[in-house]
Amino acid sequence: MTVLRRWRAWAWVLPAVVLLLVFVYYPIADNLRLSLFSWNAFSPEPRFVGLDNYAEAFGDPVFWRALGNNAAYAVVSLVFQGGLSLVLAALLEELVGRRMRGLLRTLYFIPAAMSITVVGVLFSFLYNPRYGLLNEALNGLGLGHLARAWLGEEGSAIWSVIAMSQWQSVGYTAVLFVVAIQRIPREYYEAAKVDGGGPVRTFFSITLPMVREMTTLVVILTISGAFLVFNEVMVMTAGGPDNSSQVLGTWLYRKAFMEDDMGYAATVATVIFVITFAIAAVQLAVSRRRRYDS
Amino acid sequence: MISTSLTRPAVVRAETPIRLRSVVGRLLGWSLLAGFGIAVLYPVLWMVLSGFKDNQEIFNQPWGLPGELRWDNWARAWDLGVVRYFTNSVIVTSASIVATTLISAWAAYGMCRLRLPFGNGVALLVLGGLLLSPTVALIPLFRLLTSIGLFDTYWALIVLYTAFRVPFTIFLIRAYMIELPRSVDEAATIDGASTTQIFWRIILPMSRPILVSAALLQALFAWNEFAFALVFVSDDSLKTLPVGLMAMQSRLLTDWPVMMAGLTMAALPTIVLFLIGQRQFLRGLTEGVGK
Repeated sequence: MTVLRRWRAWAWVLPAVVLLLVFVYYPIADNLRLSLFSWNAFSPEPRFVGLDNYAEAFGDPVFWRALGNNAAYAVVSLVFQGGLSLVLAALLEELVGRRMRGLLRTLYFIPAAMSITVVGVLFSFLYNPRYGLLNEALNGLGLGHLARAWLGEEGSAIWSVIAMSQWQSVGYTAVLFVVAIQRIPREYYEAAKVDGGGPVRTFFSITLPMVREMTTLVVILTISGAFLVFNEVMVMTAGGPDNSSQVLGTWLYRKAFMEDDMGYAATVATVIFVITFAIAAVQLAVSRRRRYDS
Repeated sequence: MISTSLTRPAVVRAETPIRLRSVVGRLLGWSLLAGFGIAVLYPVLWMVLSGFKDNQEIFNQPWGLPGELRWDNWARAWDLGVVRYFTNSVIVTSASIVATTLISAWAAYGMCRLRLPFGNGVALLVLGGLLLSPTVALIPLFRLLTSIGLFDTYWALIVLYTAFRVPFTIFLIRAYMIELPRSVDEAATIDGASTTQIFWRIILPMSRPILVSAALLQALFAWNEFAFALVFVSDDSLKTLPVGLMAMQSRLLTDWPVMMAGLTMAALPTIVLFLIGQRQFLRGLTEGVGK
């Protein structure tokens, strides 16, 4: 009776636990298993092939190209969302009066409130080789030789997608940094002013160290986001032309749902899982060490 | 000014370069802020204005204003699919908001205000759920949803939007509930209230601010989610906006103004929601991201 009563509290967490086990944990585990099989819609009975799918993936130039594009995504995003966002946030706090600051913050956040399809379709219009604003602007500035079919050429497709992604996310991370900066006690800044430190020095000696925690978080989220990216590429290029803008997420989608090579696709998914899990583990280790330090 | 500089010339001379530098610095800073603001605003404005143009205007004067307000573009976009996708998005989003918020609030209550056997295990399970991403689960979920008959239904999206957002939402709500004073529950228990009554009558109403944040963030997520909506719904009449717009784009290839009107209508609800509930949004974001 008392045992039963003690377990009654479980009724509250049960729906969440069941949902998580069935729709989040089981699929991840099942994916690991499926990557060891070869199967498709025509042979629904999976055939065990061991690590063949992994050998196939690691020998596949498109796989490496996709992984490279993910890495490029991560590097560019770090510069913009770790660097530019923080600078924008610091400038907002340093230069802008209260009213105007709120206005700009709202404005900066708007792209993040729009769906990726809206942004993606909008940008494919802007990138349009014949009528798009980007080429129009380049022509108008006398830089016509730079105009190109941004999404249609192998050399520029992935970079154009990455650029759009920054447009959508920089404001969002800037807002996160603004909140972190506002949590810094004002006395620190007043003390810096008394000591005669200029705004640049104040930024490096106070703002930067004091938002370290948020910076770490943004860095981690940005990197793992870059290895999980799917929507942006899918909406704008679907990985083309000629697989040049493929990332792991879209390569997995193409293999699974266009080429019906499910085992290979599950293998790509496992690789994504391992990468993002490693990043998360690093985050845990870092935040634990920090807690230990302080 | 002059008299000051005459009496203390040395100080002025020392100050000038610093002042000048700070003016230049301010100018640079402001232009960065303004430049970024324009870069953000211009494409959005262009999208809205292009919804009023005709093709001729878009191609010949892409930078100009529309000659007249052509509302029929908007009506056409609405009829050509936006109304259907919009309705589907409303259904899926509202259902997943209710499910996610309730299930997470229950779990948060159980985890932080009741004595839960193996509570640490539950916390670990939820924490782990934060780290697992939808992309990795696409293929097994496809099999699972097909075998239980949820593939190509609203339920597929509602269930998945709930399951994948429950971990985040639990942490968000729990961080708030844990701060509510213990004495509240104790007083209610002495008055003979059951744990169920305490939850519905006391804890849930007291947690309203964070529930609003949670609901808003879930709205933003569900309204804009793309990958699940792409893979698990193939019937055009069930598609939500993000995927429906893609289908519309391939149908409308050359009709830019109508497409722009459709995009604007699709983006409007979340932008308005953000403008209205900005404070709750930001609270949710920074609380959630900081845990």
